[in-house]
Amino acid sequence: MYVYNDFDEAFVRTRVAQFRAQVERRIDGSLTEDEFKPLRLMNGLYLQLHAYMLRVAVPYGTLNSAQMNKLAYLADTYDKGYGHFTTRQNIQYNWPELRDVPDMLSDLADVGMHAIQTSGNTIRNVTADHFAGAAKDEIEDPRPVAELLRQWSTDHPEFQGLPRKFKIAVTGCEADRAVIRAHDIGIQIVRNAAGEIGYKVIVGGGLGRTPMIGKVLSDFVSKADLLPYCEAIVSVYNLLGRRDNKYKARIKITLHENGIDKIQDLLNALFEQIQSLFGGFDQQLLAEIEHSFAPPAFKVKSTDGYDAARLANPAFRSWTDTNLSDHRADGYAIVSISIKKHGATPGDATSAQMRVMADLAAKYGHDELRISHEQNVILPHVHKSDLLAIYTALRAADLATANIGLISDIIACPGMDYCALATARSIPVAQEIATRFDELKLEHEVGPLKIKISGCINACGHHHVGHIGILGLDRAGVENYQITLGGDGTETTTIGERAGPGFGADEIVPAVERLVLGYLDLRMSPSETFLQAYRRLGAAPFKDILYPEKAAQNAA
Amino acid sequence: MARPFVKVITANALLEGDAIWFTQNGTWSRNIADAEVLTDEAHADIRILEAQADQSAIAGVYLADAKVTDAGPAPVHFREAFRTRGPSNYSHGKQEA
Ligand code: HEM
Ligand code: SF4
Repeated sequence: MYVYNDFDEAFVRTRVAQFRAQVERRIDGSLTEDEFKPLRLMNGLYLQLHAYMLRVAVPYGTLNSAQMNKLAYLADTYDKGYGHFTTRQNIQYNWPELRDVPDMLSDLADVGMHAIQTSGNTIRNVTADHFAGAAKDEIEDPRPVAELLRQWSTDHPEFQGLPRKFKIAVTGCEADRAVIRAHDIGIQIVRNAAGEIGYKVIVGGGLGRTPMIGKVLSDFVSKADLLPYCEAIVSVYNLLGRRDNKYKARIKITLHENGIDKIQDLLNALFEQIQSLFGGFDQQLLAEIEHSFAPPAFKVKSTDGYDAARLANPAFRSWTDTNLSDHRADGYAIVSISIKKHGATPGDATSAQMRVMADLAAKYGHDELRISHEQNVILPHVHKSDLLAIYTALRAADLATANIGLISDIIACPGMDYCALATARSIPVAQEIATRFDELKLEHEVGPLKIKISGCINACGHHHVGHIGILGLDRAGVENYQITLGGDGTETTTIGERAGPGFGADEIVPAVERLVLGYLDLRMSPSETFLQAYRRLGAAPFKDILYPEKAAQNAA
Repeated sequence: MARPFVKVITANALLEGDAIWFTQNGTWSRNIADAEVLTDEAHADIRILEAQADQSAIAGVYLADAKVTDAGPAPVHFREAFRTRGPSNYSHGKQEA
């Protein structure tokens, strides 16, 4: 994987030293909070309801075992022994003390990590398909391009004061596991008719208050043109993006208000100028980066033992049925470790669990781990002959929940248990839904179903693209939960449709249960998923299930 | 009918980030029950300026709705109630002590 060069290293160290001095000046009172706030946000430090929160970037979700062990060390040394993995492929610590944060950043720098540009009106942590470099359906590993974009955007002098935050995601295949259509720029690696590799560029997607699906700006940008093309996009946005109203400042609104034709014209003019300035250095860099992402030396070995173990051990079989994905190398699998044990907080891992996952990666996984935007941890490269040993170790660490893609594999933002912007809690709702469906022993029967929960309109929990989305609101001083239906965050991105009036905190879990049981009656066959049934039937029968009294009235 | 003006001044402690409340004698307490109850808007404006001056102890000062109970001032809104306890998924924060 990519290792910091001297320049990266010096840059990160300097930033840590600067921040240490800023923290000291804040503590002795020479900086006010108003002066300090933008400085701490630049370094990923937020102030939440009960404590500070440090957001650490995991660029394109890739970690090695030393980095994961360092995250565990930070959790033990400076926090309460756990960390929270987020939908932006970051990890958040919920309890650091201000005085300790410079030491945390310094420890992170020891393993080539930092918290820069995890906040503020800059280009944020570039995310990628968490199966990058392993997926069977992939044209090319998206991480070299993600790394190139990261280097280009980090501390880019023109892009430190954008109208608003700017998020880029990259995927290497048609199947979209990185929600690229809900990003400011989404990049998909494609092949043209001549067989050349290039990029489809999608712009102006986003969730939040005004959810929008990105629009294709170009079906094919060549490799050499990608960086100047992105620079041109961000420059046009920097020029046209609204600074008068932060709710209208994202590029999705710029695109909406100006129209794609005007943006295209400006972009094309600017692109030619910028292209001539790039001079090929980026391509040289990209080649070097690609080299550091060379695939590991996959081993060739029999998988007979694995097949026998599957037959002999039903619990292992169930886990392999839900938690594995196809790998491009023969005999290999991609393992998704669920951080969604029924009743636990989605995305929270203890330091002991982090160490177990790090050890497994070192021992069996070519030293690689990934964080998925669905708040799970991935071992991307595992030979099938090692799966039983991995499963056994995961079980001992309470990490063997067989629920990937099922109803209890819920995305939930921190909500009002931590977040200062929240209008309601989201974690307890996720915990209760997972616990309830575990009691009912129905989740395997229900099949693929994505529930996503946000604690306010900012939509950090991606509720708009949940098959069932839940948005927590404050209605006259009481928590209230609005359901959206039919959302989809994959290559067929769809924004969910609001089902109707919200539900109180004690009504939301029964409402979800009604909905899911009702779907079982509505589906044509067990192979028709919730989303497929919803698309076939439309919202009406699902609304009738959610609001039986209203349905009865209409029928009367 | 407009709710009568009953507020407390609250912030986060600079070093730990913990929720704190401004008391009558101008100190900060980790317990809302110690907070000064403000019932006069003009007086509250003055007090919040005084509270804000304490930059080396606190971050992010604001006025929060409160009610008076036998045990002293208490939160009205659920958000402020959570700030007196901590998160609901672990017994961390104030409820831990
Ligand atoms: C707790 C501190 C957090 C704060 C203060 C915060 C703040 C925000 C805000 C203000 C937005 C809306 C931006 C806009 O539309 O202009 C947003 C969006 C978003 N946040 Fe957070 N967030 C927090 C935590 C998280 C966490 C934990 C995650 C991951 C689970 C996350 C992931 C996202 C994502 C994916 C969006 C996307 C919506 C979009 O930009 O289109 N955030 N956040
Ligand atoms: S969606 Fe709202 S409540 Fe949830 S983390 Fe984002 S800002 Fe906080």
